[in-house]
Amino acid sequence: MATETLTLGKALNTGLRRALENDPKVIIMGEDVGKLGGVFRITDGLQKDFGDQRVIDTPLAESGIIGTAVGLAIRGYRPICEIQFDGFVYPAYDQIVSQVAKMHYRSRGKLSIPMVIRIPFGGGIGAVEHHSESPEAYFAHTAGLKVVSCANPQDAYVMIQQAIASDDPIVFLEPKRRYWEKGPVDLDAPLADAYPLHSARVVRPGTDVTLLAYGPMVRTCLDAATAAAEDGRELEVIDLRTLSPLDLSAAYESVKRTGRAVVVHEAPSNIGIGAELAARITEECFYSLESPVLRVTGFDTPYPAARVEEEYLPDLDRVLDAVDRSFGW
Amino acid sequence: MAKGDPGGTTRGRRAAPRSRKSATGNPELVQLLTPEGERIDSVTGPDGIEYRVDFTDEEYRGLYRDLVLVRKLDAEATALQRQGELGIWASLLGQEAAQVGSGRALRTQDMAFPTYREHGVLYCRGIDPIMPLGLFRGVDQGGWDPNEFKFNMYTIVIGAQTLHATGYAMGINMDGKTGTDDGEAVIAYFGDGATSQGDVNEAFVWAGVFNAPMVFFCQNNQYAISEPLERQTRIPLYQRAAGFGFPGIRVDGNDVLATYAVTRTALDNARHGQGPSLIEAYTYRMGAHTTSDDPTRYRIASEVEAWQAKDPISRVKAFLEKQQIADAAFFAEVDEQARRESVHLRERVLAMPNPEPVTMFDHVYPNGSPLLDEQRAQFSKYMESFEGSAH
Ligand SMILES: Cc1ncc(C[n+]2csc(CCOP(=O)(O)OP(=O)(O)O)c2C)c(N)n1
Ligand SMILES: [Mg+2]
Repeated sequence: MATETLTLGKALNTGLRRALENDPKVIIMGEDVGKLGGVFRITDGLQKDFGDQRVIDTPLAESGIIGTAVGLAIRGYRPICEIQFDGFVYPAYDQIVSQVAKMHYRSRGKLSIPMVIRIPFGGGIGAVEHHSESPEAYFAHTAGLKVVSCANPQDAYVMIQQAIASDDPIVFLEPKRRYWEKGPVDLDAPLADAYPLHSARVVRPGTDVTLLAYGPMVRTCLDAATAAAEDGRELEVIDLRTLSPLDLSAAYESVKRTGRAVVVHEAPSNIGIGAELAARITEECFYSLESPVLRVTGFDTPYPAARVEEEYLPDLDRVLDAVDRSFGW
Repeated sequence: MAKGDPGGTTRGRRAAPRSRKSATGNPELVQLLTPEGERIDSVTGPDGIEYRVDFTDEEYRGLYRDLVLVRKLDAEATALQRQGELGIWASLLGQEAAQVGSGRALRTQDMAFPTYREHGVLYCRGIDPIMPLGLFRGVDQGGWDPNEFKFNMYTIVIGAQTLHATGYAMGINMDGKTGTDDGEAVIAYFGDGATSQGDVNEAFVWAGVFNAPMVFFCQNNQYAISEPLERQTRIPLYQRAAGFGFPGIRVDGNDVLATYAVTRTALDNARHGQGPSLIEAYTYRMGAHTTSDDPTRYRIASEVEAWQAKDPISRVKAFLEKQQIADAAFFAEVDEQARRESVHLRERVLAMPNPEPVTMFDHVYPNGSPLLDEQRAQFSKYMESFEGSAH
């Protein structure tokens, strides 16, 4: 029985390894993914074991990475592209939005691009500019792309394999500040029986407020729920896991019980994921709502200098403040 | 070296007779000072141009001083990072000559577009060396005024600045500021890895088509993080220029004299209306990519040792000693100045205040935004709610 305690980063590494083992068409491409094992070591040891034809250090050009991966996909490969940091995906944005996302549609289904674009995203690691961004809304806004994010090691291990196995092009957002957090991972459970990729999940049941989050903010919300419980408030936490397509069935069910919802993400609020969630919840749960859906997000500024990111990023206090405001409505 | 416009061709006493004139050596690599400190009088590059420098003794000593200071300040920044005072640091160790040579070749009116590693060029432009430390400490995003110092902000997104440099140079053309000795020119810095980016190749196209008065200055330090040069190119980088229709040349980037000579010539050609050129400064990143990097994972010690023997500073020192341009007292004095300046740098970094959180809302737009005004007000109110509490 192989349940092991792994960091989220190691769980991804193990999931990638499993995918390379299971399907000879799976390849990994990116900057420094080979000998170095990636700047976060997510591909550590994979080139050594699978060779440099399958774990490919590419020239330094993101548009090139994604563009050539499109060709490889047409040729029958299943490329996993690593973008080194969130802020460096934009040179590839044209390829992702205009090419990757539209191939299936334009070919009337004759071409699939089974590509996974892995992006370490979000802040909280004290980095310089361009290393802490949350670009999910750009991708979730684009028809033809799917967007998911994992929040714990078990999901990281399973979801990366599901994403690779999927014929959809998937932007796979990795919460970089959580790479080092540990949790149990069941390494043996068959993928076929796994919790579906594009499904949200209640990660902490509660009765008073529904917190909706994904990626790095799931941990923040769980901590907030723990703190709130000490004050006698039971917060339900939902890990959305998939941003496109959104799976809101659990959220609707929850909000109908709690009557209150708070959305939490690091990305700025303006025209963002939170706005979509608020709109959909309002439509679906209007008569159950005791207060408006509130958002706790990064501000609508460029990501600031590292020494003020703590104030920029949603944290436990800001989540609890929103919970209070929800009750005070 | 004194501020302003050093390294002229005629002023002052020339330093001692030159050891040899060489048309030999590596014809693909312009070199005027060997790793052993042998001075080469002049070199005719594969482009047919004769490269030479004609510095006064004072100017030679000035270059040495620059090299030592730039290295020492860089080492101090690395130490500050190790002690947790900077979030990260991108060291220039090994690339001092490429940066001081090209930085001193700039004339006052020239504009530079750096990456994130050009601390040596920044120093030559007269910018307080503490400035980039604010960026890497995480208190700001670089504090100098690009127009005041003719040195743009650091650019971390690989290659992007080469297009900015090209556009700036196009503007010089539009303003009619080329064609004379005091015409303007632009230098764009980038790495070997950057040459793969679309932006850089587009900059080459634009610069060629619009005859932009600029120099593409590639510091080929042999690595892009872990990836060796072979991951970026099948031919020597300087040869790429030919395909874009302008000259390219490779210079010994660990040779401050040759780098100066080649850059000065290229800039002067640009300012006289002859368009762009590419310089590949062949050098080596002696340290890690940044303080977050572990180079032992991808390169071997013997390679580093081989480059150690080509150190850009020790060859200048050997030359100054051999030619008796400088004595022990001078070297001691430079070391002492470097020590003093690095201590001073450290003290000022430790005293750098954290920014007021509310300042993150500033400067997003020249004309402001009602959305941000609202967020700023809410944020301030929220922060006040903690005042007086144990928070
Ligand atoms: C567009 C983009 N992609 C990736 C990165 C991450 N990154 C930072 S430095 C670097 C390597 C740069 O190599 P090179 O151009 O040779 O410059 P050097 O660091 O060696 O001076 C990479 C991949 C980045 N900053 N920008
Ligand atoms: Mg390099």
